[in-house]
Parts: sequence; structure tokens; C-alpha cells
Amino acid sequence: MIVLSSTWRDSKRHLFKFSQEMSRAGSRLDSKKVNSELFTLTYGALVAQLLKDYENIDDVNKQLERMGYNMGIRLIEDFLARTGSGRCYDFRDTAEKIQTGFKIFLGITPTITNWSTAGDEFSLCFESNPLTEFVELPDHCLNLKYCNILTGVLRGACEMVQMEVASWFVQDQLKNDSVTELRVKFIKRLEDAIPAGED
Amino acid sequence: MTIHNLYIFSRNGTLLYYSEWNRLNKSGITMEEEAKLMYGMLFSIKSFVSKISPLDPKEGFLYYKTSKYTLHYLETPSGLKFVLNTDNGAQNIRGLLQQLYSQVYLEYVVKNPLCQLNEPIQSELFKQKVDALIKHSQYF
Repeated sequence: MIVLSSTWRDSKRHLFKFSQEMSRAGSRLDSKKVNSELFTLTYGALVAQLLKDYENIDDVNKQLERMGYNMGIRLIEDFLARTGSGRCYDFRDTAEKIQTGFKIFLGITPTITNWSTAGDEFSLCFESNPLTEFVELPDHCLNLKYCNILTGVLRGACEMVQMEVASWFVQDQLKNDSVTELRVKFIKRLEDAIPAGED
Repeated sequence: MTIHNLYIFSRNGTLLYYSEWNRLNKSGITMEEEAKLMYGMLFSIKSFVSKISPLDPKEGFLYYKTSKYTLHYLETPSGLKFVLNTDNGAQNIRGLLQQLYSQVYLEYVVKNPLCQLNEPIQSELFKQKVDALIKHSQYF
């Protein structure tokens, strides 16, 4: 799994380490560090390609979410194996674990704020976001949710641990807000599968 | 010490993987039926343990032991179930099950986009790695 390190000045060293470690990939199991620029630009290329493939921006948002979902259902296993964490006691616990997830996989620590009174909704605020470095939205793309892949990742990962959540962006630095705010809402607990009966 | 056999179940009860090293007694039923039987029993034990426990059952069911063998059980929060039968001498096999999860299943199934997560595992590489891990463990 690729882990991002966002320090600029270390970029050369990291790129070197990256190529070095790729050459012996498989023999090492610890996490490989990679420079975030490489990741930023690869993600940019993906979004650009989707914009070419779909005429409708809403379709692009939907595809990003779907891809994120497919990543999330696998990424959760990596997260669990790495942190050894158990099931969540409550949604606050979940929020902290999601925060840890961002730390591990994107090298950033979003702040958890704006809890709803019922305790089933919170916001993740990103001051910096490796996905959107070097990105500017052109005028015809104002509907584009550039980071929509993250909402899919959260949905997929939480579904695998028996939780249905929904998330959406309420503020976006790309749309001239001061922070990027991702709202996460708990919907319901999913039940354990019962074994198939005798036919 | 001996490791007898290993079952891996998905969160919906599909048998993802089965392997045996030293199994003297055959169940006499098809693998499919055996897997169903095993999963059903685990499911029952799990709900039994969580209902009957007088205290908060933090990790739930860990293992059971008969006069001849011990069944070790590891369930991840994502519902993946690892079941390993050993003789009674093997203790503290959770570490081995964790390793199986984080060093073999994660690396060679989850990170292999060609492996579907809810279907029996076909990957040869995965089979080799499981075999190597088990054979090199101190319990084998």
C-alpha cells in the first residue's frame, strides 16, 4: 500500500527510496513511503480522464464515488491489519479511527468538529489536502466534486465493519472556501450474516 | 506439535480457503457440507458466548479444546474468520492467525485486484505463502 509523505524538501530522497523499494517489492511487508506529488498527479490524471470519458459532471462525481467504494472495501483490511483495532464502541470512536486512517494513508490529520446534538454526524476539516495540490477548477467544472473519491472510500470501509454511513462535501478549498469540510453521517448498523440454511 | 487444518470464511460465510496438513479423520461428507457445518457451529458459538457471558465479551470466542485437538478462532472486525485446528500442545496461536491475516491474506488477496473478495481464493501464490507460513511456524 502506498503511504504518502507530504514533505516537499524530502521529495528527492523519497522518490529515490520509492524506486529502490519498488524493486524489491514483495520481499518487504512494511509500508512503503511515497512522495505525495506522484500521488496527486496520478489522481489528477484519473479525474482528467473521467472528465474526458463522461460528458456529464454528475457522472464523473458518481464514478469517483464508486471507485472510492471499491478502494474502501479493500483498504479497510489494510487499516485493520496495521492498527489492530477492534470494532467501534460508538460513533465518536469511529470518528477518531477515520482520522487515524487519514493519517496513515494520506499523511494528514483532519480535525473532527461540528458534532450534531444526536451524535450521529460530524465534520472532518482539512486544512491541506494532498489530493488537491496544484489543482484549480476551470469554470465549466464548478459542479465537480474533485475529492469525491474520499466519500466512496469512507462508505466502502465503514460498510465492511457493519456500518452504513453517508458523507458529502459542504466546503471545498477548490471553490474558494477557507477549509475543505467533509460531513459524515451515521445511518444504521448492518447485521451479521446468518449462515445459509439447509437446502 | 501439529497443525491439522485451516479454514478461512468470508463475512457472509463463504468458505474462501481450506487447507490441511495432518488430518487423520475424514468427515465423510463433501467439503461444501463440512464448511456449512463448521460455519454454522462457529456462528452458534459466537452468539452463545455473547449472550451467556456474565461480563462484556470483549473479544468473544477465542478457542475451544477437546481431549485431542484445539480449534483456534480469529475474527477480524471486517468479519473475516480464520479457523485453525492444532493439537493441544500449541498455545497462544493468535499471533500466527494475525500473521496469516496481515502478512498473507492482506498482501496476496486484498492487494491483488484479480482476487474477488467474496469468492474462494484461487491464487497459487496465496496457497504457497500460507503453506510456507504454517510450515515454518514453531507449532508445525
